[in-house]
Amino acid sequence: MAVVYKKSKMLTDTPFHYCPGCTHGIAHKLVAEVLEEMGAEGNVVGVAPVGCAVFAYKYFNCDMQEAAHGRAPAVATGIKRVLPDKFVFAYQGDGDLASIGMAEIVHAATRGEKITVIFINNAIYGMTGGQMAPTTLEGQKATTCIYGRNPEVNGHPIKMCELLATLTGPSYIARGALTDPANVRKAKKMIKTAFEHQAQKKGFSFVELLSSCPTNWGMTTEQALEYVKTDMQKLYPLGVFKEV
Amino acid sequence: MKELMKGNEAIAEAAVRGGCRAFFGYPITPQNEIPEYMSWRLFEVGGTYVQAESEVAAINMVYGAAGAGARAMTSSSSPGISLKQEGISYICCSRLPCVIVNMVRGGPGLGGIQPAQSDYFQATKGGGHGDYHMLVYGPASVQECVNIMYDAFDKADKYRVPVMILGDGMLGQIMEPVELPEFKDLSKLPRKNWATYGDGTGEKRNIINSLLIEPDELEAHNKLLADTYAEMARNETMCEEYLCDDAEIVLTAYGTVARIAKSAVNILREQGKKVGLLRPITLYPFPNDAFRKVAEQDCVKEFVCTELSMGQMIEDVKLATGMLKPVHFYGRCGGNVMTPEDLVEFVLKEGK
Repeated sequence: MAVVYKKSKMLTDTPFHYCPGCTHGIAHKLVAEVLEEMGAEGNVVGVAPVGCAVFAYKYFNCDMQEAAHGRAPAVATGIKRVLPDKFVFAYQGDGDLASIGMAEIVHAATRGEKITVIFINNAIYGMTGGQMAPTTLEGQKATTCIYGRNPEVNGHPIKMCELLATLTGPSYIARGALTDPANVRKAKKMIKTAFEHQAQKKGFSFVELLSSCPTNWGMTTEQALEYVKTDMQKLYPLGVFKEV
Repeated sequence: MKELMKGNEAIAEAAVRGGCRAFFGYPITPQNEIPEYMSWRLFEVGGTYVQAESEVAAINMVYGAAGAGARAMTSSSSPGISLKQEGISYICCSRLPCVIVNMVRGGPGLGGIQPAQSDYFQATKGGGHGDYHMLVYGPASVQECVNIMYDAFDKADKYRVPVMILGDGMLGQIMEPVELPEFKDLSKLPRKNWATYGDGTGEKRNIINSLLIEPDELEAHNKLLADTYAEMARNETMCEEYLCDDAEIVLTAYGTVARIAKSAVNILREQGKKVGLLRPITLYPFPNDAFRKVAEQDCVKEFVCTELSMGQMIEDVKLATGMLKPVHFYGRCGGNVMTPEDLVEFVLKEGK
């Protein structure tokens, strides 16, 4: 019988712990497939975040380091500086990257560290139970803004791709969405381009992936994906923000 | 041949000769000469240097580089070391060998920029969250800084712990003649079978991690760390005894203060007073046995602990001596430093 689909060699056999309808699993799969297609097996160090993807070190079939909350770009910097010929990537969520780790991501980017950062933006703190994230939309409900995010009280959401694209250090900045097969394919292409930039030592590469969190948004899977396509994409448009 | 070198620069060169190939720093007085020196020196020996955006980032870069098998270090001074505590806690749990230099300045808060020893508790009792220790040295001269720094990575590798060199502003800034050792041959170092060199896959892949979510797993890890510290105490404890054999009064001090105390001992000896000095070189593990032995000597009537703080090491002195003899305290702080004459006066007043 012909094999039409196979799990990537860059994923372990450990089952994901993610909630039903969460897109972390798709993001993991895409990163793993890209690394495998690039022949990177046995040539990679990944850095896991704190947040829903804290166990990412169990899933990627490569050497992994688990970073403190928000510090993944600093940890990845340390790794890449001593292993300049290995692929080094950090995988982070929005609380990790755009809140507590804002200094680390901005400075890794502006230094032009030859690392790839995968940024999962689902506009919520998932692991801790649905608190407001730096990327939570105006009016979006969370356990720490139960009537919806009010900019007067809670400030405004942060657009990471737009922010990082102003810097000289990054060579590739793109935003995709994990909402449907067409967008998933586009997201994979972005991830591949990002790792190619790293392979060519062009600069810092960054892919944001708009993701759904039905559990903490209080939605069905379909509603959550629809929310990404409409409300989220309105604030966070898809595309390539910088390519050198 | 001896060279005249500033403490901070001597430490930096000794680190390079001891195998340091990655340095991650952030400016703070009074340790700036270390990152300044490393910023050009490491590239001469095929190493790497990053001026990080913060002390927080710097210690996490050390985490990454040490986890990837490199001999990595950072240096800072008190407020910066406070910022590094999160990373140090993760490094200790993940068992990453590295070196951290703290050229202590007075605190709390922003404090001052003058020499102090007010980070003793932070350095020896953990410092960050969780149940851990580092191997902590309190060198007293530039040459001793060099000797300790030179072997620090070997010790760190042996026990898979961070080594902290607890200096003070004076030690960093003073110039003294030093003998520098030869470069260590890094090609002879064994591969670290736990490190993420990037070539691991399947069962051979390595994970650097401090998340142990199962209570039994974490408890077993806590016990493993405790066993490591016990072994460290058996093998690495260092202490200098000076004229303690017939001493009636024993001064205790570490670092720069120990040199001032030694001068005071010499002055008092010239006056016919039987005074000695007990100087811990490792601050953790604390030289408990040496202190207990001296405390048990019949001739010893009392101890005088002197520090550039309001009294921190004195707690270990009291524990180590089992309070067999009274322990007096003489401290200066805020960047003020006692003179030998201050100590002589104190000993003559307090001593029976």
